[in-house]
Amino acid sequence: MSAAFRISGAGRLSQAKTASFSFDDKSYTGIEGDTLASALLANGVHLVGRSFKYHRPRGVLSAGAEEPNALVQIVRDDARKTPNVRATVQELYDGLTAHSQNRWPSLAFDVGAVNDVASPLFSAGFYYKTFMWPKSAWKSLYEPKIRAAAGLGVSPDKPDPDHYASRYAHCEVLVLGGGAAGIAAALAAAETGVRVVIADEQAEFGGSLRFESGASIDGQTGYAWAQGAIAKLKAMDNVRVLSRTTAFGYYAQNFVGLVERVSDHLKTPGRELARERLWQVRANRVVIATGAIERHMVFANNDRPGVMLASAARTYLNHYGVAVGRNVGVYTANDSAYAAAIDLKKAGVNVAAIVDLRDNPSGPVIDEARSLGIEINFGRAVVSAGGKLRVSSMTVQPKNGGGGRTIPVDAILMSAGWTPSVHLFSQSRGKVAFNDETKRFVPGAYAQDCVSVGACNGTDGLAATVDEAYAAGAKAAKEAGGKVGKSGKPKVDAGESWSRGMLGAAPGAGPGTTIKAFVDFQNDVTAKDIRQAVHEGMRSIEHVKRFTTNGMATDQGKTSNMHGLAIAAEELGKPIPQVGLTTFRAPYTPVTFGSIVGHARGALFDPTRRTATHGWAASHGAVFEDVGHWKRAWYFPKAGEDMHKAVDRECVTVRKVGGLFDASTLGKIEVVGPDAAKFMELLYTNPWEKLETGRCRYGIMLREDGFIYDDGVVGRLAPDRFHVTTMTGGAPRVMNHMEDYLQTEFPHLNVWLTSITEQWAVIAVQGPKSREIIAPLVEGIDMSDEAMPHMSVREGKICGVPTRLFRMSFTGERGFEVNVPADYGEAVWEALWAEGQKHGATAYGTEAMHVLRAEKGYIIVGQDTDGTVTPNDAGLDWAVGKKKTDFVGIRGLTRSDLVAKGRKQLVGLKTKDPKIVLEEGAQIVADPKQPIPMKMIGHVTSSYWSENCGRSIALALVAGGRDRMGQTLYVPMPNGTIEVEVTGMVFVDEKGERLNG
Amino acid sequence: MLLIRCPYCEEERPELEFRNAGEAHIARSTNIAGESDDDFEKFFFIRANPKGVIYERWRHIHGCARFFNAVRDTVTDKFILTYKAGEPKPAKLPGAAK
Ligand SMILES: [Zn+2]
Repeated sequence: MSAAFRISGAGRLSQAKTASFSFDDKSYTGIEGDTLASALLANGVHLVGRSFKYHRPRGVLSAGAEEPNALVQIVRDDARKTPNVRATVQELYDGLTAHSQNRWPSLAFDVGAVNDVASPLFSAGFYYKTFMWPKSAWKSLYEPKIRAAAGLGVSPDKPDPDHYASRYAHCEVLVLGGGAAGIAAALAAAETGVRVVIADEQAEFGGSLRFESGASIDGQTGYAWAQGAIAKLKAMDNVRVLSRTTAFGYYAQNFVGLVERVSDHLKTPGRELARERLWQVRANRVVIATGAIERHMVFANNDRPGVMLASAARTYLNHYGVAVGRNVGVYTANDSAYAAAIDLKKAGVNVAAIVDLRDNPSGPVIDEARSLGIEINFGRAVVSAGGKLRVSSMTVQPKNGGGGRTIPVDAILMSAGWTPSVHLFSQSRGKVAFNDETKRFVPGAYAQDCVSVGACNGTDGLAATVDEAYAAGAKAAKEAGGKVGKSGKPKVDAGESWSRGMLGAAPGAGPGTTIKAFVDFQNDVTAKDIRQAVHEGMRSIEHVKRFTTNGMATDQGKTSNMHGLAIAAEELGKPIPQVGLTTFRAPYTPVTFGSIVGHARGALFDPTRRTATHGWAASHGAVFEDVGHWKRAWYFPKAGEDMHKAVDRECVTVRKVGGLFDASTLGKIEVVGPDAAKFMELLYTNPWEKLETGRCRYGIMLREDGFIYDDGVVGRLAPDRFHVTTMTGGAPRVMNHMEDYLQTEFPHLNVWLTSITEQWAVIAVQGPKSREIIAPLVEGIDMSDEAMPHMSVREGKICGVPTRLFRMSFTGERGFEVNVPADYGEAVWEALWAEGQKHGATAYGTEAMHVLRAEKGYIIVGQDTDGTVTPNDAGLDWAVGKKKTDFVGIRGLTRSDLVAKGRKQLVGLKTKDPKIVLEEGAQIVADPKQPIPMKMIGHVTSSYWSENCGRSIALALVAGGRDRMGQTLYVPMPNGTIEVEVTGMVFVDEKGERLNG
Repeated sequence: MLLIRCPYCEEERPELEFRNAGEAHIARSTNIAGESDDDFEKFFFIRANPKGVIYERWRHIHGCARFFNAVRDTVTDKFILTYKAGEPKPAKLPGAAK
């Protein structure tokens, strides 16, 4: 059964292919190829939504991407509820379910519409002025209320189950827009053999040829020619044709972002199809053929459902076979609306009257309308639309005032003229220029290798458009290296042409304060709001825009910007170009997060790095923590243990017997070459030339400003070879820092740097039994204290595989770090674990590692230092080579502030109550009784419960800290002030005897 | 995304492969330890930060890993020229007005 407003014989859809759908739980029937908007209109449904601020009933304004009103929620299932879908873009599929938005309890009766009556309260700048005071109420009261009342649609509350594809593409010529201009340009470029991509946002190519019944090219109707040309382009190997694809962003060097809607139009997309595909295209040349967008007339109640753009009504008739009413009125300031009236009249729709603001226009379309018997009124204005949920009449007056009459209508088709779509050109950083004669902004100076053609370039008429576009396509291809093609230039037999129109408020926008003549439908901005903004002192169009929110909704002012600008200019008494145009920014139309994110979700969002022993740790119950991209074993709880108990046990066992710890994430860099020692001298504060082969040294790296940048143990494997370790998080930037100096400041040094972090797995074996655990597995290394003292490194074999065996300690116990090729890491760990079990050793994680090192006062760069700490501040002055004449940071260290007295220094803290564990980051004061704000003299950098000490321990940066030994300081906390004593940084084995214990 | 020509790889590569490394042609003194406060201030803290043509260091970190120099317009983001580290500041820029 055909819907009531479907005209048989009109449009291009096959009436046989029906599709059923629902809107607000009511079932309707449409036709395949419909948009949701055309299907609703075919069923006589104009009321589709409520407006943002005033909750005014709204209908369908347009037939395309510029739609500000007909925004709906499309629901596929529980997780797929997409808000703010433009009904004019959403293609119909069988079973489509849509809901209106921004209304309660129902679309026809909406409580929020009280805002419309109370609108004097909601004028421009309302939010800024009303909710200023008291400040605290903004967060607790105003914002939640406003947020609940505002907003369009409802966000889905479940993870997006769809997937999104992503492609990169390169081409010589990218054509944006698939109307007559874009197709002509693509044909010309394609003939030269270069790679061409042409994209259009619609399901079918043709642009305005979809509604221009007067167009004829190469002996066919314009639309038929477009389909034939696209078929020809699709068949060419060098051409990619993308429909349903919107170019949303134009970036530097002809890099264009496009989104292809792959499956939103399908009944059952299936898992194999992405929902959308992001195209990132790099083009040698870009042809912009984005057309023009019709403007509405600004008059009172111009937002009533049934009031729409003339070209939209024409598209619904000529493409979809839908009449938008049975008795329509036309209100125009240019010729193009006449064509709509003529087409509708010929299709059997009554045209009650054409109201033309111009005084005495003439031309063929006017003659034709007259000859069809349509009443035409020149020099008159529609000053108001009647009706509420649907327009019921238009009130017509002479434009300079005088008696009016009211004409019953069920739709008003309006046209104030056409705005060239310069969005993408402007995004390319091209400068628009105002053409004073035609009153429009057109492309001026270009910033990139692109060209605008057709309506978006201000070119009027089909023949001129095709000529210009074809020439531009050929030129772009030639500049990009194409050969001259055979000339297949399309011949335009007949076309439509119009220009001019009006900008700003029509007489019906009235000077009164209660009249609602909408400029921006989506953000509910009226002509009055813009005038008011100027009266309140806004001078720049950017200020007017932000004060009124004109053009700031998701439609980005495609229909409203020029009107808003013209009204502001008139009010300011300045010409339009002096008031200026607001900036166009990407995206051209809203883009889903999904299409930008693509596959980078969940596990693929960010890389995860796992060490060689990860599997072992996981199967032994390790709890992991994230350290940068690494997953590190945090602690290994046994049955019944919480974190606290597990860490206590691990810490005690390491000092009593021994422990195994995976230290593989430490950064490792090999510094090799004849000048390796010289390079090390320059990059670290320590002396290196005299370090013997086979020995290790704790090194400190500074930035040029004298502050600690990194630290780590360095082993000299050979006179020309150093094995450098860095902190886990610092490996890449330390490598970058070293490369920077090697390449740019010290290029005379013959040195090669290699990152070896991933190549070596590192197993720390620490504790009094560490040597006994390792020794049975080692070949070719004498591990006696005489042969291998603390801070030495040997190369040999362990478990039959090569090892770099370091004797070093980050626990204060006798300790070793076993480096083996990463592939053998797990096997060697298993072997060491088996040996360790014989002695009762434990596996320990990063938390125990932190506690053990803090018990010894060993710092962690980035935790106990913060980028403003010198070696002296950290108590590490001994590591700075006093005789050295150069190293990175040497000059910085002598800056007056860095040698001044009273600097913050690292010290230990013991709470007076040994059971209290301080909070890391807590501030320290000398006098807790001083008035707030107190003078803070430092903060806690590390703080733990130490089971080995039977009390809490902490490190802190305190002003003049080393001069305060034994002093009592205070840590004020919300639940009371904590007393602490300043101590040295070593809490266990102050003499360091256990290193050989 | 910008395309940047690496003077070592001798081809244009996407911006993602590169990392900016601050202003170029600021030489570290060979006698830095003896530098005056004023000279050290100029060397370490003071940067031109111009609106317009800037000479800066870049690193092709996810490519050949080399540091090189570039001339860029901070207004348009356009790369005017790239050249190898150690080469002098170009006397004449292509397409420059003077
Ligand atoms: Zn390179």
